[in-house]
Amino acid sequence: MSGKTANMKVVEGSYAVAHAVMCCRPDVISAYPITPQTHIVENLSQMVADGELNSKFLTVDSEFSALSVLVGVCAAGGRGYSSTTSQGLALMNEVLYNVSGMRLPIVMNVANRAIGAPLNIWNDQQDSIGARDVGWLQIYCEDVQEAVDATLQAYKIAEDKEIRMPAMVCMDGFVLTHVYEPVELLDKEKARDFLPDFQPDNILDPAHPKTFGAFADPSAFTEFRYQQFEAQQKSMAKIEKVAREFEEVFGRYYGGLLDGYYLDDAEIVIVSLGSVVGTIKDAVDAMRAEGKKVGLLKLRCYRPFPVQALRKALKEASVIAVIEKDVTIGCEAGLVTDLKASFYNSNIRTPIIGFAAGLGGRDITIKDIRNIVAKAEAARKGQQPEFEFLNLRTEIL
Amino acid sequence: MKEIRLHGRGGQGSVTAAEIIAVAAFEDKRFSQAFPAFGVERRGAPVMAFARIADKPIRVRSQIYEPDYVIVQDVTLLDVVDVAAGLKPTGKIIINTDRPREGLNLKTDAEVITIDATKIAMEILKRPIVNTTMLGAFCGASREVGLESLNKAISERFKGELGKKNLLAIKTAFERVS
Repeated sequence: MSGKTANMKVVEGSYAVAHAVMCCRPDVISAYPITPQTHIVENLSQMVADGELNSKFLTVDSEFSALSVLVGVCAAGGRGYSSTTSQGLALMNEVLYNVSGMRLPIVMNVANRAIGAPLNIWNDQQDSIGARDVGWLQIYCEDVQEAVDATLQAYKIAEDKEIRMPAMVCMDGFVLTHVYEPVELLDKEKARDFLPDFQPDNILDPAHPKTFGAFADPSAFTEFRYQQFEAQQKSMAKIEKVAREFEEVFGRYYGGLLDGYYLDDAEIVIVSLGSVVGTIKDAVDAMRAEGKKVGLLKLRCYRPFPVQALRKALKEASVIAVIEKDVTIGCEAGLVTDLKASFYNSNIRTPIIGFAAGLGGRDITIKDIRNIVAKAEAARKGQQPEFEFLNLRTEIL
Repeated sequence: MKEIRLHGRGGQGSVTAAEIIAVAAFEDKRFSQAFPAFGVERRGAPVMAFARIADKPIRVRSQIYEPDYVIVQDVTLLDVVDVAAGLKPTGKIIINTDRPREGLNLKTDAEVITIDATKIAMEILKRPIVNTTMLGAFCGASREVGLESLNKAISERFKGELGKKNLLAIKTAFERVS
């Protein structure tokens, strides 16, 4: 959150995001309620019922249908919105691929939550990190203000003629969806100027028949994938540009692809994403006051994965500790493996250690961050495993 | 930064009380944050909510383990929850009870403040909903939020006759602990 302004108001995170969606003027909202996303769509439903928002609100039988409806909406030239989490995102999985394959710029807020079994309604990021390969852009938010602002930015990036890719705006479930904190809600008119109406190139139109996503045989399929891949690569420059354009209009900037905190002279660098970044910043302040050269790299954009920007930002670090709320069951976790892979063909040989933390809602405290920094110091001497489940309760194993 | 932990039972408005603290503190031109202890809440089950107040933007997202203030809406929670856990010795715990504080056997060096909020709520609101009354007591005992700001936050949340009654409940509790 940047400086305090007169327009700030204490509201619930879900309301603030619903208000941002209203300012984006979707033609159709299609969603299935699921904890902890529920308050977002309840608020939107209320706004439509009260006539504040001129959108069609569709309640559907499942998340699979929620996103399938939007495929039709967006292919017909409409702006579509949905929100989900956890099992709901998993149930959408097939449609997630279809949306990106058909290059439909749908935006969705993911209220990050653990995926069962065992059933768990609390926050982690297994759901969206698990969907890293589906072709959607993924932006992670530190606080409610960022979730509000990223929602508006996401439509502008996704709908850009050069990009035309769907985007997930990921906000930690409960931690951000249910928190009350000061937020500057978007100004409707400014948002309208920033994000004009959707201008599709190709739409379903009976007068000019076209087919979306129907069939590509081996002679053309690779090229479809290549173009999706290229669109993701191109979106990096667009994400930066839109973040700066947003700053000009609204006065707030949190980095485009990533942001640094005490990074310039940092020896020990923590890399993380999402709401835990706030807790890490407080921990960094405390350790800096003790003279420890600790810094933070906050990853805002996980897909596309900003390989060059990460290499540049992390090249001076002497050890890197990645904190993430997911695990790739079978090989460490998403962010740490991606980071290692992005360094392999560079001259960076900094030790990287990974932590799966905050799984299924387990709290991450400033003390935990201090422990991780101590482990990072040990890693410099080769005395720390490459990957660890933070605060593992061995007594109940 | 001041940290506040609220203990109640599902349905007693603990989350709403935390939210009102955040709104009132912001009204005082300070920064604030309020959030529930995320659980599978059911009516009657022990619940917690948290609030933070500071002079600069609040970034930390962890739960509160060493509060400056604890608010206990239901004294029967003392049998099942260690409500004073981690409470700073310089802090205060405000408990809704008609029992004398000596018999509560709280394990804390912090100041213990008791108020019969249920009685005040029954007299004024005609309902045993004590969250706003306890906010009046918190305001009086802590002065961490201004009474006027608290009143404004309450008036935004509860309109008309209900709003007026809640303001009276707050005033009564505020004066009793001041």
